[in-house]
Amino acid sequence: MTALQEKPKAVAPSGPPPRRRGKRATALAGTDKLVLALMLGIPTFVHLLFVWIPTLGSVALSFSRWNGIGGFEDIEWIGVGNYVEIFTEYPRFWPAVQHNLIWLLFLLIVPTSAGLLLAVLLDRELRFSRIYQSALYMPMVLSLALVGFIWQLIYTPDGGLLNSVLGLDKPVDWIGDSDINLYAVMVAAAWRHTGYIMLLYLAGLKSVDPALKEAASLDGASASQTFFRVTFPVMKPVNIVVAVVTVIEALRAFDIVYVINKGRNGLELLSVLVTDNIIGEASRIGRGSAVAVILLTISLGVIIPYLYQTFSKENRS
Amino acid sequence: MTATLERPSVPVKKTRPTTPARVALHVFLILTCLMTLAPLLWAVYASLRTYDDTSVNGYFSIAKSLTFENFAKAWEIGDLPHFYWNTFLITVPALLITLVLSSMVAFAVSRFSFKFNIGLLMLFTAGNLLPQQVIVTPLWRLYRLIELPAWMSESESLIDSPLGVILIHIAFQMGFCTFVLSNYMKTIPYELTEAARVDGASVFRQYWQLTLPLCRPVLAALATLEFTWIYNDFLWALVLIQDGDKMPVTSALQNLKGTFFTDNNLIAAGSLLVALPTLVVFFVLQRQFVGGLTLGSTKG
Repeated sequence: MTALQEKPKAVAPSGPPPRRRGKRATALAGTDKLVLALMLGIPTFVHLLFVWIPTLGSVALSFSRWNGIGGFEDIEWIGVGNYVEIFTEYPRFWPAVQHNLIWLLFLLIVPTSAGLLLAVLLDRELRFSRIYQSALYMPMVLSLALVGFIWQLIYTPDGGLLNSVLGLDKPVDWIGDSDINLYAVMVAAAWRHTGYIMLLYLAGLKSVDPALKEAASLDGASASQTFFRVTFPVMKPVNIVVAVVTVIEALRAFDIVYVINKGRNGLELLSVLVTDNIIGEASRIGRGSAVAVILLTISLGVIIPYLYQTFSKENRS
Repeated sequence: MTATLERPSVPVKKTRPTTPARVALHVFLILTCLMTLAPLLWAVYASLRTYDDTSVNGYFSIAKSLTFENFAKAWEIGDLPHFYWNTFLITVPALLITLVLSSMVAFAVSRFSFKFNIGLLMLFTAGNLLPQQVIVTPLWRLYRLIELPAWMSESESLIDSPLGVILIHIAFQMGFCTFVLSNYMKTIPYELTEAARVDGASVFRQYWQLTLPLCRPVLAALATLEFTWIYNDFLWALVLIQDGDKMPVTSALQNLKGTFFTDNNLIAAGSLLVALPTLVVFFVLQRQFVGGLTLGSTKG
């Protein structure tokens, strides 16, 4: 939307091209240059120091053995030893990978289709639409830690809402049973995620040119054909945002399992394995960093295509 | 011709809203909304009941009486005012500085053309998308390295200090805000700052007195969002603050769980009290909240 509006404006000044740009640069006074340098420099410095330097630090430390407490002289460089150990010996790694994958698939399927369905239903002239939207958005403002607390009231084996509603003879321990607790927690996480997906798709649907739909229905397409063949493909940018948001959300998942049982007993996640090295009992910075690098690699797999699709348009204009 | 013939038929359908399909749609939406609200309503219900009532009759029963006692108790036992204050000390400075710094970058990047403009924006955007765990271990070590005078931090380093949490919020959240703000600033007519420049306005005046006031709606939206996100942070404070007394309220929930042992009514009341500020913000500023998230997504 905004991209469309800004283009002519961005083009206009570059119309009488490089000469003006050169003039402008020289027109900047010394103090102005300094002010600009500070305006760009300070934030960039803060961002690099606290985000990107630690990222590189994780990569470097993943090739080391270190307890993190002593000085840097205690660091022992061991090459890819941590990775070998993680892949072959570390018992919590593969379950964590599996849980993260299940988490991702679950988020990609359940909240995404629910959010899309609700967005389609609400994208019309409808009474009480605003009230419906408010109710559906509300879980979004709660922290995942709080979601964990609130859902524990539903899942507790004795007197929890779910067991009482189901009325089973033998109460199910939704949180304690390591075969099902992952799914129970994912439902709670999806509860919060659906509103966000719905919001993204509602914005996407509003930006679809109504003429397209009209043209399709004039050509005799049914409502579902119009949606799946015309509307949904046209929303490609939104679909990409949804995919990125969901993958990142799945990789970040931590708070909710941590408040429930510190990420043990069926709730192991990659994020928990990393954090355990600094706030848990195991203090193996090298191994934790190697897990962090694996997280980084997966997330770059979606971040880079996203950046490409977002910024390539600007490169062209 | 065909268009004019067809048009009347469409509105006729629309002006008759009580078709069975419409009713079904409303029923479905009402049920979905109720199911969405159920966990919160359940927590409210549990929080209003006494321990004696629920331990005898169970939670799935009609309440004998309703009381606000649990809230008062959670407030006191959980020492909530203290933790709210900790959160306040982190959230407000982090929020303000994030907005100032990212609006500066956005202004510079959208009003002046440098070779590295897009590279810089990509760097900020990518940084904001990283999972926090990717950076948390070295950050934790870095914080122990950075020494500070005692008046800035009681622990004399960035670890275990609200300042450290504020800094990482700023560094991390700047990515999203810069992205949204620069997209917005690009829609402001170029001629505006050009004219100011011709009139001899300094770069800082173009930013502070001309561009920022025009960005008020986006700044409001971002402030709403960032308040919720920083308030809701759990991981940064959990890792970077070791003294339980200095934790912000969301991370302190973990302590509350121990304090309240198994009294679920108290946990419910405590959880709702912690959720309250974000819920209030959501109800009062929902337009800004939704608008901010939409702005962050429609571009691209």
